[in-house]
Amino acid sequence: MTDFIATAPMNTARPGLLKRIRTKVPFLVILSLLWLSLMILVALLTDWVRPYPVTKMDLSARLAVPGTPGHWLGTDELGRDVLSRLMQSIRVSLVIAFGATALSAVFGTTLGFLAARFRGIVEHLVLTLADFQAALPFMILALSVLAFFGSSLTLLVFLMGFYGWERYARIARGLAISAGAQGYAAAVVQLGATPARIYLKHILPNVASTLIVSMTLTFPEIILMESGLSFLGLGVQPPETSLGNMVGFGREYLTRAPWIMLAPALVVMLTTLSISLAGDWLRDRLDPTVR
Amino acid sequence: MLSFVLSRLLRAFITVLLVMTFAFCVLRLSGDPAQILLGPDAPQEAIDAFRERWGLNDPILVQYWAYLRSLLSLDFGMSMRDKSPALQLVLERIPTTLQLTVPALILKIGIGIPAGVYAALHRESVADRGVIMLAVLGFTMPSFVIGLLLVLIFSVTLGWLPSGGQDGWIHGILPTLTMSIGGVGILARFSRSAMIEVLGQPYIRAASAKGVSWRDVVWKHALPNASVPIVTIVGFMIGSLIAGAVVVETIFAWPGIGRLLVVSVANRDLAVVQCLLLVIAGTMVLANLAVDILYGWLDPRLSRKSGVH
Repeated sequence: MTDFIATAPMNTARPGLLKRIRTKVPFLVILSLLWLSLMILVALLTDWVRPYPVTKMDLSARLAVPGTPGHWLGTDELGRDVLSRLMQSIRVSLVIAFGATALSAVFGTTLGFLAARFRGIVEHLVLTLADFQAALPFMILALSVLAFFGSSLTLLVFLMGFYGWERYARIARGLAISAGAQGYAAAVVQLGATPARIYLKHILPNVASTLIVSMTLTFPEIILMESGLSFLGLGVQPPETSLGNMVGFGREYLTRAPWIMLAPALVVMLTTLSISLAGDWLRDRLDPTVR
Repeated sequence: MLSFVLSRLLRAFITVLLVMTFAFCVLRLSGDPAQILLGPDAPQEAIDAFRERWGLNDPILVQYWAYLRSLLSLDFGMSMRDKSPALQLVLERIPTTLQLTVPALILKIGIGIPAGVYAALHRESVADRGVIMLAVLGFTMPSFVIGLLLVLIFSVTLGWLPSGGQDGWIHGILPTLTMSIGGVGILARFSRSAMIEVLGQPYIRAASAKGVSWRDVVWKHALPNASVPIVTIVGFMIGSLIAGAVVVETIFAWPGIGRLLVVSVANRDLAVVQCLLLVIAGTMVLANLAVDILYGWLDPRLSRKSGVH
């Protein structure tokens, strides 16, 4: 379960670790950003650029090797073009990851602000919920929910939207409490601003950079989690396809046609790696609290 | 110290209760287990009898209360599929999972921490850069990719190791490796940053200045102080020993806890899933509790501070 063991520690493990690589070899970050832009472009434009429809079967060209004219990355067991499926998978996986990251950031931050605003019982409740979330490996939790409710894209996005909320909640609570003690917050309170206005217009912009950094940490973890679930056959369901789902089905053809599995696996790896590298760089620029 | 331990115990208890409630709600409200287990064309009488037998006709609160009461007597219910106690099914699988997770944990600690500490002590060196790159690569690779690549290399291409199943230790090599790679990366990165932070502290300079040998500075001053954050991660890893690795066990067809969970979830075997959730959450909570208490011992400032609220 390396993938979810990986989740908690990363928060604190990141600071400054890649500094050396960055200063010496800044092109790694540039490469990562290029790769990420390419991924986003593919996700946006896949309907126009992919050579074949995702489900188009060509039974005369089953398991074609990569490099076959017309099928650059080969075909799968039903003769579907791997490149076309890969593009669609990138879109689905990115949509889920973006949607879920946004949801979890909004949900977690809201709860964190509520805890900071009301303190007392609300704060205890939020912290207990955060403890609960931290006590149960997300994979286990997600598995039970997904398998029992059946998997749909909407449910998947909402479920993944709970991933990592407790981190935003803890960070937002801590930052809002310390921001509340500062002069500017007291000043707008004295001016008669409503709590909603204070939190959204004054405190949020001041703590946003740290929250954005947490988002760059959560994003690749959500991609890994979604692809893990889809790999197990419990995430994105056919005929829809995602990166993990492609690896999962490609696994059966590991000996005869490893390219079905290698192409999406490589994309997952490069994407999470790029976000990690770019995120570290972004953290140094945005986050004043990090060394 | 006592109030510190007590407050942590209370928190742990509340967490476990929440997990239990969560498990119950999700699993009971999501659908009709009788329908699923007996199939769509089961006769109505059979479904009714089934529902009666497993108490599925009672109001949900009654079911919940009965559930909590039965948990107190360590009765986790019967597996709806093979009619044996759920707890027994789960306990049977634990050693199988531990056969993978314990060696993997030893590998993670045995390679990750020394690599991280070495990198910190030789900062800016080629070895340092290599450790960072490998560590980042290690934890950004999904475990299913690592597992399948290892199978592709060692089973398919070289034919050295079996790609799945569980007869003898040789079958455990690939899954153990797969499981440990990510953790090695995390621990290496974490202990490196912890060490670097400690080595920059004034007391290290003071110790060196008064003539303590570098060896003693590292072993007696730096390492003990760097251990606090490392213990957190190791505690988390110990907590997930039982949870095993759902994905890795699936790839290698290893009949442990993770496989049991996937299979039970697919069959909607409520009692087994609930029992698994509880056992897994319970071990996580216990491990966190142990780490918290260990903290208090490693760094007395923490227990004083937390004891207040």
